[in-house]
Amino acid sequence: MASKVQVPAKTQTTSQGFLYSALILGWLVPGAGHLLTGRWMRGLLLFVSIASMFWLGLAMQGKLYAPNTGDVLDMLGFAGDLGNGLFYALGRILDLGHGAVELATADYGTKFIVVAGLLNFISAVDAHNLRIGRKV
Amino acid sequence: MFAPSHFFAVLLFATFASVVFGITQRSTPKAMVRYGLYCWSMFVGVVIVASWVMWLIRR
Repeated sequence: MASKVQVPAKTQTTSQGFLYSALILGWLVPGAGHLLTGRWMRGLLLFVSIASMFWLGLAMQGKLYAPNTGDVLDMLGFAGDLGNGLFYALGRILDLGHGAVELATADYGTKFIVVAGLLNFISAVDAHNLRIGRKV
Repeated sequence: MFAPSHFFAVLLFATFASVVFGITQRSTPKAMVRYGLYCWSMFVGVVIVASWVMWLIRR
């Protein structure tokens, strides 16, 4: 019986060098993976969107999750935050993101930071697909 | 400190998320813009509808 699942044709590697460079660079700096593949406008828009979301989240007194707190929800939050790459590291180095429980906007800020990280994961995977020729 | 209203926070969230969704989920610039606008209107539209539903439930 024929399957209806459409499998893309064999992907073509569009560039030389380390295959995962766009993925890793895109994770570390939002939009940088797209810059690497020559899509500078896409890279710029992604950088502005994700960076704004992350830093506005911190400006709203949002919380940066830490590893090894023992709480499952905190671990999930940490996984999301980790998507921000170097921004997360910078936030921790500058000792930002302690969270202010008495402010409603602080809770919004925490969600902004987590979602910025998750969006950056999507962005980095998209850069990787562009890099290996799966997407044009 | 930045303290937006709930609705302004929604608008910001919808805008940034829609830009990323549009760029990553479509291939051509025209399709990116169309999908980004669709996502934005869905984000904001669903929030407005849900807000009215909650208002009606509360009454």
